[in-house]
Amino acid sequence: MAEQIVRLVGVSKHYAEMVAVEPLDLDIVAGEFVVLLGPSGSGKTTILSMIGGFAAPTAGRVLIAGEDVTDLPPAKRPTATVFQDYALFPHMSVRSNVAFGLAMRKVPKVERHRRADEMLQLVGLEGFGGRGVHQLSGGQRQRVALARAIAVEPKVLLLDEPLGALDLALRRQMQEELVRIQKRLGTTFVHVTHDQEEAMSIADRIVVMNRGRIEDAGPPSRVYLRPASLFTACFMGESNILTGEVVEATSGVALVKTQVGTLNVPVPAAIGDRVTLSIRPEQLLVDHVGAGALALGSGTITETSFQGTHLRAHVAIGAHGGDLLLRAPAAAALAPGSTVKLAVQPADIAVLNR
Amino acid sequence: MRAGGVGGLTRWALWPALLWTGLLFAAPLMVTLAISFTEHGGGAFTLDNYSGFVTRSDGAFLGALLNSIEVTVIVTVLSVPLAYPLAYVLAYQTPPRWQRVLLVMLILPFWTSYVIRSYSWLVVLSKNGVINQVLLAAGLLDAPIEFGNGRGATVLGFVHFFVMLLTLTIYANLVQIKESYRKAAADLGASSLQTFLYVTLPLSLPGVAVGAFTTFVLAIGDYITPQILGGGRELLLPQAIMLQIERRADFPMAAALSMILMLVVSAAYLLFARHLKMERV
Amino acid sequence: MKPRELVVILYLTLAIVFIFLPVAILVQYSFQDGLVPVPPFRGFSLRWYEKMLANRKLMEALGNSVVVGGVSSFAAVTLGFLAAYGLARGRPRHAGRLQFGLMAPLTVPYIIIGLGLLSTFGALGIDRSLLTVGIGHVVINLPLCFAIVYSQLGEHQANIERAAHDLGASDLQALLLVTAPMLWPTLLAAFFISFTLSWDEFVIAFLLSRFDVTLPVVMWNMLNSGLNPQLNAVGTLVFATSIGLVVLVAMLLMSRGGRRG
Repeated sequence: MAEQIVRLVGVSKHYAEMVAVEPLDLDIVAGEFVVLLGPSGSGKTTILSMIGGFAAPTAGRVLIAGEDVTDLPPAKRPTATVFQDYALFPHMSVRSNVAFGLAMRKVPKVERHRRADEMLQLVGLEGFGGRGVHQLSGGQRQRVALARAIAVEPKVLLLDEPLGALDLALRRQMQEELVRIQKRLGTTFVHVTHDQEEAMSIADRIVVMNRGRIEDAGPPSRVYLRPASLFTACFMGESNILTGEVVEATSGVALVKTQVGTLNVPVPAAIGDRVTLSIRPEQLLVDHVGAGALALGSGTITETSFQGTHLRAHVAIGAHGGDLLLRAPAAAALAPGSTVKLAVQPADIAVLNR
Repeated sequence: MRAGGVGGLTRWALWPALLWTGLLFAAPLMVTLAISFTEHGGGAFTLDNYSGFVTRSDGAFLGALLNSIEVTVIVTVLSVPLAYPLAYVLAYQTPPRWQRVLLVMLILPFWTSYVIRSYSWLVVLSKNGVINQVLLAAGLLDAPIEFGNGRGATVLGFVHFFVMLLTLTIYANLVQIKESYRKAAADLGASSLQTFLYVTLPLSLPGVAVGAFTTFVLAIGDYITPQILGGGRELLLPQAIMLQIERRADFPMAAALSMILMLVVSAAYLLFARHLKMERV
Repeated sequence: MKPRELVVILYLTLAIVFIFLPVAILVQYSFQDGLVPVPPFRGFSLRWYEKMLANRKLMEALGNSVVVGGVSSFAAVTLGFLAAYGLARGRPRHAGRLQFGLMAPLTVPYIIIGLGLLSTFGALGIDRSLLTVGIGHVVINLPLCFAIVYSQLGEHQANIERAAHDLGASDLQALLLVTAPMLWPTLLAAFFISFTLSWDEFVIAFLLSRFDVTLPVVMWNMLNSGLNPQLNAVGTLVFATSIGLVVLVAMLLMSRGGRRG
């Protein structure tokens, strides 16, 4: 089994009036790019702070590389953090900033400046060493903050929503760079964000958090296509949520009566069980020809909006006022009022646990 | 240093200042309070100093207190409305490049000695000083008047100082108010006057309150200005205190007068307390 | 020109005239070619500057003021900085009350602070001297320095210190290598304000000094024997020096700020 570089065991965090993190366990494997994903208040930043040593857990232990670091201050932990506002030292040059951690480790000046320049080259800022912090753009400061953190060769690199302040194009570029650098260094990255698209772009594994609890954890594709919980399904992207009661059940297949009709869903269940299903808008098939798909019936398009890469449409379906969200190719001829026949591959239907 | 906690350095950093304030400010204040209850020359406990405050010298001390309060209130009431328009013009109606220059110019006189400056006012206000010359030349006066002593001169000297101080503090406060508030008011149809009355002024009041309080405390405790410009016409409390110390070496009485002064200042503080908070950037 | 603009300009002009009036007189009569610095102005002469420079008591007092101002301001800034840091980062219990306690001297008139120290030092048998004056000046300037530094130790600043700790710095290293250097304009401003206040302070200096005195005290003593143009000269000299320093500091800060991207 691969080495578990970070282990949170029974960790929780209370403040006077509120609980930031409910007791939980989290294991992070060495070399992973883990993303803690969730809305504000979900506890993701608190978890990061507890790994970094900026907050002490109310209960539980924090282990890094097998060592119990729960009582150790940030300076003594093998972690380094990239802060949301970069926190670069304004009175030092870029090179001195990047070399700071090495200076704290008493690396001689010539050596640490050389390594600082190496780090700057790694993040694409070759030659910037002599500049002042105030001369840099937002994106450049972000890279310096990264260079400064990796210069100390931490066992775990912690990133606290580092890309939040960047515009879309720059953010995408930096996401790619982060992955590239992480693969090159092999360091474990723990990255906090509230942007699910960002999480899916960069993560080896996503840990979805909500209100101090872990809702789901797994590779991006699994978390997206087979979300474990209702929250996860909705947070990871738009989804059609159907609730229903099992009316018939045979080995591994249940007949579920939902607001859009009765569906055959491959899931072990008993008659009378209530189940929640999730179908992604892009998984709905329009006027599908071919066998194997589960027909959902006919519906009427009520609204469409052009999204650039696709067409987003609402479909009124079923006798009980059901409404499904549909994603179709941008060029599809779907005007409001037209009728469409919808279907879905049974394998695409996700059954939510809670 | 623990995780999420504070190191030893941060813990003891507060102590030197606390010790200094405790030993060299709070303790002497307690000493003064204690002395105010002792006899002059003796040391026995007595309330004579406080009763004497009212009865001695035909109520001169009481008179000094009342004079001080009157003068200080007048100074505060005059200085704030005089300084506010200056600060306002500087903050909102001066091109940014000129603001700092003008501000520095306006407070430059701060760097002349307080003592000398007060004496210069004496010269300005004297019979052959500038004021008289101007008034004589304009035909508003037949003969020169000595303006340089009495309450008017004292008030003038104070107002001169505090207009400079208040301009500085009110300006600093005004520039902090987000421009978007005023823009929003204008956008919703408010005229300049309305924007000022309903947005700028209310938002600036806390800062003005702090300035007014500072003015009050500094003015009521000031010795130099009334001593130089008052012309011996009336006695203000700080002068009474100084007299007790210098001429009569009556420390107990001086201490009692000081405590009474402190009472007045504390009353003013309670009045302003709501507005005196500290914010961090 | 709109009438409103006219009013504004008139008001500004009147204000400037009012504010500079005593200063103008002060400077003008320092060049008085006569015995007394009062009107009418008799003619231009530099002799009072000569006499001022030759006046040993005056020059000694000037030097004393510089020393007392410099040392007490340095102490006030250091203590104030440490206190602000300890309060902002340490977040001790009763932080509000501690803050109140540190700021309390601002609400007490100087004469009372002076009297208190005079009585206390007297009781302890400590002689009045420039040292006692300096101590008094630290008492009055400490709250200001504390307040000025404290206002700059917000969340943004805190994050930068966290970064330093994260990279392995101890408390002391973070303080000396990151916090203090970052705050140097603030510390300089606090020093400057403290120095200005100490320099010009009369009452505490008067009460707590004996033989060696500061400039305001010696001026006061001289003035008790009548107006003296030497004092105009020294006042003008101090004024000119202050302007020079302010211009210097302004240029320094402007050139630093001008490069911000």
